[in-house]
Amino acid sequence: MRRIGDAPLVRRLLIGAALLLSALFLLLPLVAIFAQAFSQGVMVFWENVSNAFTLHAIGLTLVIALMTIPICLVFGVALAWLVTRFSFPGRRILQTLIDIPFAVSPVVAGLIYLLLYGRNGWIGGWLDSHDIQLMFAWPGILMVTIFVTCPFVARELIPLMQAQGSREEEAAVTLGASGWTTFWRVTLPNIRWALLYGIILTNARAVGEFGAVSVVSGAIRGQTNTLPLHLEQLYQDYNAVGAFASAALLALIALLTLAAKAGLEWRASRREAYT
Amino acid sequence: MSQLAFWRSGSTRVLPGFGLSMGISVLFISLVLLLPITGLFGQLSELSLAEYFAIITEGRVVASYMVTIGAAAVAALVNAVFGLLLAWVLVRYEFPGKRLLDALMDLPFALPTAVAGITLATLYAGNGWVGNIIEPMGLQVAYTWVGIALAMAFTSIPFVVRTVQPVLEDLPAEVDEAAMSLGATDGVAFRRVIMPHLWPALVTGTGLAFVRSLGEFGAIIFIAGNMPYETEITALMIFVKLQEYDYAGASAIASVVLFVSLALLLAINIWQGRFVRRLHGGKG
Amino acid sequence: MTLSSAFRTGLRRSLLAVAVGTVVSGMTFSSAAVAQERELLNSSYDIARELFAAINPEFQAWWEEEHGEEIAISQSHGGSSAQARAIMQGLRADVVTFNQVTDVQALADAGLVAEDWQDAFENNASPYYSTTAFLVRKGNPKGIESWDDLVKEDVQMVFPNPKTSGNGRYTYLAAWGFAENEFDGDEEKIQDFMRTFLRNVAVFDTGGRGATTSFIERGIGDVLISFESEVNNIRSEYGSDDYEVIVPPVSILAEFPVAVVGENAERNGNSDLAQSYLEYLYSEDAQRQLAGFNYRVHNDTVVEEFADQFPDTELFEVETVFGSWEEAMENHFEGGALLDQLQRR
Repeated sequence: MRRIGDAPLVRRLLIGAALLLSALFLLLPLVAIFAQAFSQGVMVFWENVSNAFTLHAIGLTLVIALMTIPICLVFGVALAWLVTRFSFPGRRILQTLIDIPFAVSPVVAGLIYLLLYGRNGWIGGWLDSHDIQLMFAWPGILMVTIFVTCPFVARELIPLMQAQGSREEEAAVTLGASGWTTFWRVTLPNIRWALLYGIILTNARAVGEFGAVSVVSGAIRGQTNTLPLHLEQLYQDYNAVGAFASAALLALIALLTLAAKAGLEWRASRREAYT
Repeated sequence: MSQLAFWRSGSTRVLPGFGLSMGISVLFISLVLLLPITGLFGQLSELSLAEYFAIITEGRVVASYMVTIGAAAVAALVNAVFGLLLAWVLVRYEFPGKRLLDALMDLPFALPTAVAGITLATLYAGNGWVGNIIEPMGLQVAYTWVGIALAMAFTSIPFVVRTVQPVLEDLPAEVDEAAMSLGATDGVAFRRVIMPHLWPALVTGTGLAFVRSLGEFGAIIFIAGNMPYETEITALMIFVKLQEYDYAGASAIASVVLFVSLALLLAINIWQGRFVRRLHGGKG
Repeated sequence: MTLSSAFRTGLRRSLLAVAVGTVVSGMTFSSAAVAQERELLNSSYDIARELFAAINPEFQAWWEEEHGEEIAISQSHGGSSAQARAIMQGLRADVVTFNQVTDVQALADAGLVAEDWQDAFENNASPYYSTTAFLVRKGNPKGIESWDDLVKEDVQMVFPNPKTSGNGRYTYLAAWGFAENEFDGDEEKIQDFMRTFLRNVAVFDTGGRGATTSFIERGIGDVLISFESEVNNIRSEYGSDDYEVIVPPVSILAEFPVAVVGENAERNGNSDLAQSYLEYLYSEDAQRQLAGFNYRVHNDTVVEEFADQFPDTELFEVETVFGSWEEAMENHFEGGALLDQLQRR
């Protein structure tokens, strides 16, 4: 049966508009980055990428992202379950509090962590006297990255779980399924793509975060320099090719994550077709 | 409806996991979000009320609110339309390059904002690929507020697309098949049948995009020109205070952005809740 | 259900992989942080990366020869104020090599650097210095030679915002100092001059690097104002045929102060190393390297070698015109002070 917007003309027009606008608005900047990165040839690009400081920055950035994702995942699912499956006083407040990271500009986010855990902060002073250093070391970078990225999973899940309602889960529980079984068998299949989007966004933001991290990292090369900080450093140094090589790597990480998602999607749909 | 009946109504009692999810959520929100925010208010307490108002109503700062809010509003509106179009095309149609288009959507998040800023400025400056086409047409983007809006729109487009997309995907085919079989035109069917389901997501996404734009710094400063009273954004004012080691002043301006943003987000959440409740016939 | 089970297995597997990967790499990183050799951390301004990348190996070799000890040197770069802020909040840098006197002073005020830090090393603890100079386009079409050429109606300038950049502050103070001299201290005329000066700015970038990009890559403005060292580096970077460096006959002395962060150096057991590292910057070898990066230096032999590179110019100090850095900051740059008044409309 025909669906809305299936008329060939409408279809072509909409696809055309979407492609054209995205090309201008999103693809062109991407192309510009790669054009800059390879502007002096593949060899120069490779030299910049294989430099020890760049490699360390790539490693640190990925590790931070990998640590951030599971934490944000657990929190996001728990919060989405809480606010969409139960009503209780303060629910809206809770749901709004999770948006704080969107409301705080990244530099300020870094600053508030620094004021609390830095040497002069009330927790930081105690930590310092016990010789524990969180700020200007990788734990500090992890902390602000979690702060900046924690809304994404919850934010993706909440509208969807709200729209879906809880009838299916209620049915499962009424039929005697345990809470975990219900979650794994009923909820998860329903929210899987939103969950994946959430993870992808979390990852993307974690990898690319600059403002908050720059405040708490100390930017010590080979130690606490993440890829975005390294990139900024190269740019400051008039090494535009090096800077854009790092930018190209970041764009590549984003595209790879997306490819992974597409792969999973494809595999799942194939299995479905066989059974 | 009495208090007790409210508590017992709907699904509240059937599903398990209330304690666990509440525990995780409250612990996380307290430790990760609320505790650090107290640092901000600690700084504010160093100011008297008069000093606080003097800082946040200073002429140049007020001008920066205007620039920021105006550009963010334009960026959010553009993104609402563009984002809806993209989400629709990505969900409803098959065409070559769809996967790539889908992948492109997350690019603005993955790029450090400074890279986005430098790249956009490169493209839209008078001698850039786009700039040297549009500037002879009398359209100057870089170093005007249009550039600010452009950078904001770029960094926040994924919010709209990624919020609307899952909801659209989840919409059963029968919904529009039914509408079409009744003989409604595409436009009418879209407005009457699809939009009611999309509103919450679209408004949420647009709202998030707007709020994100209010705080954006890295992507904008490269393309803004940063002329006092004309193209200075509020985030730059915060940055200036920090450069002067004036944490209290920075916190004061940051608190204005924070309050406005949180109020908007709260409004969105309340509205969204009402909307869904209406849609699902009293349940929420 | 198969769909969901495929998804579930996939998700479980990836979660496991993430967990394992996290633990392993977390350990790698924390163990990498434990260095066997002594490690000196130099916190510096953001355009000094290549400079110290060149000097550090020389110092390491020298130290090993003198003391038979292998050492490591780490670098942290950023805006000078942001760097000072980080140290105040616990970044354990042993030494600072900044481009702003005020930022070292902020550390001294916080008790991290000795109160008399300017006397701890020669030349006000500034092993090298520079001044503010102009970069103009080929052939100098607008005929810009000095500060009063910049207030002509058809001249457009690019320099970073004095509110956010120390570099921009120097430009502002240099222009003010010129006007003060030109108008014999007539406050009204100086302010008129400065108002026109600020109106001729085409773009206010937040930092020196952004201003360079605006001038070179976006083609904005007739003149870029920055440190002499910077404009020379930019010229050699972007083609000496397309740009010319103009050093005005009168300009400001820009010091590049250094200091040992006493508390940190002691805590890290690096006091001797830190002191020695900064002293090394005054050695003939280091001074020659510095001159190679277009900084003006003090060592007589090196000064003579590089005489052609640095035109004679009259340099005035911030202290002579503005009393002190503290007064300059208070009277000109703080919220509501002169800079704000001059830009008000």
